[in-house]
Amino acid sequence: MKRRGRYSAFALVREAMRGHTGWQKAWESPLPSRKYDVVIIGAGGHGLATAYFLGKNHQVRNVAVLEKGWLGGGNTGRNTTIIRSNYLQDASAAIYEKARQLYESMSQDLNYNVMFSPRGVMMLAQTHHEARGYQRINNANIVQGVSTEYISPDQVRKLCPIISIDGPRYPVLGALWQSRGGTARHDAVAWAYARACSQMGMHIVEQCEVNAIRTRNGRVVGVDTGKGSIDCDKLAIVVAGHSGVAAEMAGFRLPIESVALQALVSEPIKPCLDIVVMANTVHGYISQSDKGELVIGGGADQYNNYSQRGSFHNVEETVRALVETFPIISRLQMLRQWGGIVDMTGDRSPIISKTPVEHVYINCGWGTGGFKSIPGSGWAMAELVASDQPGILAAPFGLERFGEGRFIDESVAAGVAH
Amino acid sequence: MLMLTCPYCGIAADETELHGGGEAHITRAGVEASDAEFEEYLFTRANPKGVHFEKWHHSRGCGRWFHAARCTVTMEVFGTYSAQTLQPPDEILAEIERRRPAASGK
Ligand SMILES: Cc1cc2nc3c(=O)[nH]c(=O)nc-3n(C[C@H](O)[C@H](O)[C@H](O)COP(=O)(O)OP(=O)(O)OC[C@H]3O[C@@H](n4cnc5c(N)ncnc54)[C@H](O)[C@@H]3O)c2cc1C
Ligand SMILES: [Zn+2]
Repeated sequence: MKRRGRYSAFALVREAMRGHTGWQKAWESPLPSRKYDVVIIGAGGHGLATAYFLGKNHQVRNVAVLEKGWLGGGNTGRNTTIIRSNYLQDASAAIYEKARQLYESMSQDLNYNVMFSPRGVMMLAQTHHEARGYQRINNANIVQGVSTEYISPDQVRKLCPIISIDGPRYPVLGALWQSRGGTARHDAVAWAYARACSQMGMHIVEQCEVNAIRTRNGRVVGVDTGKGSIDCDKLAIVVAGHSGVAAEMAGFRLPIESVALQALVSEPIKPCLDIVVMANTVHGYISQSDKGELVIGGGADQYNNYSQRGSFHNVEETVRALVETFPIISRLQMLRQWGGIVDMTGDRSPIISKTPVEHVYINCGWGTGGFKSIPGSGWAMAELVASDQPGILAAPFGLERFGEGRFIDESVAAGVAH
Repeated sequence: MLMLTCPYCGIAADETELHGGGEAHITRAGVEASDAEFEEYLFTRANPKGVHFEKWHHSRGCGRWFHAARCTVTMEVFGTYSAQTLQPPDEILAEIERRRPAASGK
């Protein structure tokens, strides 16, 4: 195992003095070995965080993370990076709050600047129903120990002067405000975990698609990949939009449908918005990046889709909603638009679970809102994989809940919220 | 933009005129069904990367439900057909077979 240099102010100065010749690759790109204790399919945030916590919390280090494309090129590198933890249900609040707390110390823990910016997340209440819904979440969060508050239109205006409070269609009646929510740099989260995993001696293999999952007597024995056949004792499937495809390889089906979710950014402008605002009634949310671009997202497309491209009218709807809420953005030009394939479950909550195949575990269903949960999910998934039993965070998210009718129903509580 | 021809009114409808209804040909579980069958009916989905049989509602048109066969990767539409069918009709399957020899039978 090669020891990589630590990033620090001193390293920056040292490298500046010697023409930046000393920087090392952040992670190794080895060919896969013949066998691992644990193989993880998917090097998105959740797969990499699972690997990291397997090593860190459970001393399981003979691990490979196999990625068909490039690291973080799935939804982890395509999202709008909103981080919050004010969910309604206890199970959700627990795992999202764990994740939010881990985000606070992630840059220090991983010695990598993930630019976590707890700038505050504001969810506008624009109908009476929504206002009551958010007050209910606020009450639940008080009991759960998640810090959040319900604020008045006046406070909304103070925090975000560019909002048109009075309408025209949907005046702002109040908002759910989580001052310790915010954003982080999505690529950096994937890179930071990859570097830490590589330092622990784990293998991160890009351009390595898993095409088949091999089982014997109902138990996993390995996978076939574009880079050869690999044996493993345990297999973790962490592939978001492709969960159905991977599950089929292992011989089971999921309560999941894959649809496109799009985002777009505007041309850069002077700082005008230093918080994240979500307007769920009109289907739009917005924040401003450090470069000055407005980062914009909306609701998911309506039909099954694996193309990483969405329908234009969804973009139009999102932009229309935001222009109404933020009239000053009406003349901005949009620079880029893209889509990711999100995995939507029946109750809109994730799955962290054992599967019908022994020693195959699945982490999926984060849908439109799983960037914020990456560290908490990795923590919980690592525990499940290491001990073959879900811990306290993962237990409510088992696949069996659909058969038992024990839903974690956030879709009713949070609408389009991410 | 996705366009589908409504088999009832014959209009080539923009997707903004339509409402997606998810996977088609799902058998409704009855009162005698087991928990597992109910789970299957309510939640488990094929979610294929490829040919998908799905329900659509011509909500801003004639108001009727119909079925479509579509590729979830290329958005290619193999045909639309009546919702009053338990299985995709032969001509739709033949069209899929013709254009996607490997995917037929799905
Ligand atoms: C436009 C958009 C905006 C979003 N906004 C937010 C937001 O503001 N806040 C928030 O919290 N969440 C948001 N999300 C959701 C969030 O991005 C996802 O929930 C999260 O990134 C999922 O991470 P993951 O690691 O599970 O999946 P991914 O990052 O998609 O990683 C899965 C990986 O598996 C790989 N893979 C698939 N099949 C195979 C195979 N057979 N072999 C090998 N590798 C394979 C893929 O290439 C991919 O890299 C948004 C998503 C989108 C698309
Ligand atoms: Zn019609």
